[in-house]
Amino acid sequence: MSIDWKNYQVNNLHDEMIKDVGIPRSFSKEISEFLTSLSNEEIEEFKAASDLAIQTMGITFRVYSDEEGSIDRAWPFDIIPRMIDKKEWDTIETGLKQRVKALNLFINDLYNDQNIIKDGVFPGQLLEKSKNFLPQCKGFTPPFGVWANICGSDIVRDNDGCVYVLEDNLRVPSGVSYMLENRQVMKRVFPEMFDTYNILPVDDYVSDLYDMLVQLSPRKIDEPEIVVLTPGTYNSAYFEHAYLAQQMGAELVVGDDLIVDENDCVFMRTINGLSQVDVIYRRIDDSFLDPEAFNPDSTLGVPGLMRAWLAGKVALANAPGSGVADDKVVYAFVPEIIEYYLGEKPILPNVPTYKCINPEDLDYVLNNIEKLVVKPANESGGYGMLIGPHATKKEHQAFKKLITEDPRNYIAQPMLMLSTAPTMVETGVEPRHLDLRPFILSGKDINVTTGGLTRVALRKGSIVVNSSQGGGSKDTWIVDMESD
Amino acid sequence: MLSRVARNIYWLSRYLERAENTARIMNVNSNLLLDLPKHIRLGWEPILEIITSSEQFHQHYTIADEANVARFIIADLHNPSSIINSLHHARENARTIREIIPREAWEQINSLYLLAKESQANSLNRRHRYSYLNQIILSNQAITGILAGTMTHDEGYDFLRLGRNLERADMTTRIIDVRSASLLPDINDQQAPFENIQWMSVLKSLTGYQMYRREVRLRIKRQDVLRFLLLNLKFPRALNHTLQQAEDSLKDLPRGKEVIEFIQSVRSHLEATHPEQLNQDDLHEFIDEIQSNLNIIHDKTASTYF
Repeated sequence: MSIDWKNYQVNNLHDEMIKDVGIPRSFSKEISEFLTSLSNEEIEEFKAASDLAIQTMGITFRVYSDEEGSIDRAWPFDIIPRMIDKKEWDTIETGLKQRVKALNLFINDLYNDQNIIKDGVFPGQLLEKSKNFLPQCKGFTPPFGVWANICGSDIVRDNDGCVYVLEDNLRVPSGVSYMLENRQVMKRVFPEMFDTYNILPVDDYVSDLYDMLVQLSPRKIDEPEIVVLTPGTYNSAYFEHAYLAQQMGAELVVGDDLIVDENDCVFMRTINGLSQVDVIYRRIDDSFLDPEAFNPDSTLGVPGLMRAWLAGKVALANAPGSGVADDKVVYAFVPEIIEYYLGEKPILPNVPTYKCINPEDLDYVLNNIEKLVVKPANESGGYGMLIGPHATKKEHQAFKKLITEDPRNYIAQPMLMLSTAPTMVETGVEPRHLDLRPFILSGKDINVTTGGLTRVALRKGSIVVNSSQGGGSKDTWIVDMESD
Repeated sequence: MLSRVARNIYWLSRYLERAENTARIMNVNSNLLLDLPKHIRLGWEPILEIITSSEQFHQHYTIADEANVARFIIADLHNPSSIINSLHHARENARTIREIIPREAWEQINSLYLLAKESQANSLNRRHRYSYLNQIILSNQAITGILAGTMTHDEGYDFLRLGRNLERADMTTRIIDVRSASLLPDINDQQAPFENIQWMSVLKSLTGYQMYRREVRLRIKRQDVLRFLLLNLKFPRALNHTLQQAEDSLKDLPRGKEVIEFIQSVRSHLEATHPEQLNQDDLHEFIDEIQSNLNIIHDKTASTYF
């Protein structure tokens, strides 16, 4: 099954490596030739080598099962890298910085003066409906005015070749550990390609993260105590929590390890006694963070943590309440948000989004519903969605009724055709759909990972890239084609 | 080191040790019963007393026969100290500290639990029970070896040793207490029928027979056995040795002074009492006292570190 690009069907999709049948893109000539030169045995060898590397490095994610609690599965990894030309990446990077900067200004404004509402740019009524707006945070400004210190934005390419931001994860985005480990695997599997290409390194993420967290410390001391707060071993991202803690040399703690004293300071329980904590990189959702302030049934959180944070005695990353800016209706306003706070045109486009709250958009949506994807504002995980092209006439009618009754609650988008990239399958190499999640760190400065985590839908034709639903990942190479 | 991590390591090693000791006792008792004539009915009741309590047992069973006791001690989820429960707790404690213990040790602990669970049926069958229990003992020894050979001997390892030795101390004293009670008459040198064989089984429950033989070459006698199991400093399951080890593991830990001093006082008391000369009632009382002191050592450890 050695690879022959003439048999690789690009169809009518944008492929990241192959421009048209048998013709690679300018930056993928060398890699496509290299892949063609491999014998079947070599390909099998590389696959085995990458599987082994994944096992020995312990890259696993958890899948819940009733019988044994949770079990670890190896995270499927595809050995063909996804490549992006540095020239294009530079634009994406600048666009992401612009976007996250504006989103943080927006969140800080919402919790303070709400100028954007007063100026009529963002409808105040949307805020009232938001589940992620935390009234407890009103009047607070975290260090540097930054709420979402770690953001993971999902980027896709449509068949027009254009890159769009699909969503911004401003709460507890995960996946960065896979990005880092994937690179380690590729260095072992294809070392010669690292000579051929000028591939930009990714491994400064952990030290950037550490430096950013240090900047947030309320106590200005040489070595502030930084901890990673995890919901525990049953969480699907526990591997990542442990990995990041280990790489930063920070303690990995659960809620019970921490207490808040009467002076609102946070301590962790150690065998040496109580030790003060300065910065918490929390990987627990807002509603579980503090049973005193939110869900009283939460056993994952730390009673009094909100009190300590609001008193400025401890830093939390991301700040509680930052999720207000990642719901679907807010997403529709991001272009306006960028213009309002920065006076700039957005560099990275949103997926065109119709806001049913606008009469013109509403009219369009009702007349073209069979072409559109309709999403309710306050649901996530695909609940209450309509995929127009795949739905029946009856469902179209039902949604028209829903939208007419409560237009504020709905947005609609054209259906995207995600780009593909060559991926190893049983029978050789076939195109599979993918996306990209870069991670953006914001403290005093803003840093974007070089590339990000490429997630690939391993099932033929599928556009679902989630690890729990048959998704895998690829290493992402930002290649500098101009320097030698 | 986080208190939670220290606590989990401590309990991990206690539960592993408990499972192993329980497996040993079951094996020895099965053997012993085969050797005793039918009119000496030791039965299985004493085993219940050593490991859990007959009260708990009789909530679920009426007759303390071999089949019921074996099921209760090995595989019954109602029994908090059953082997399967101990291994389950060991595994859950290990799971939350997987980053701290060597990967191989975690894998071994995990597969030990799965093995014990999957082949439970063998434990109920008299023919296969011996090899089932033996496998549990050997896997535990392997885990101890992996930890000793691959885990950094830092604070975490101190808690591991502390847990193991306190659990051993507890088990050794329980066995002596229950077994010697059934071995009346006592110091009057009147040999009860088959006393010899029964003291031998006490030693075997603690894998001490061979080691005892090397120390004491005379005929097996109550006094000598008690002195060996309570006061010996070299035998790993002798009370005095386990206490010395516990004391030693605390020396490298911060804030250990109070617990260390308490252990030292328990040891001086032990050495000064000459327990091997006590008659049965006094011995029982003395062991009760030791047991409550072991609980105090645990409580002091917990309040200092956990």
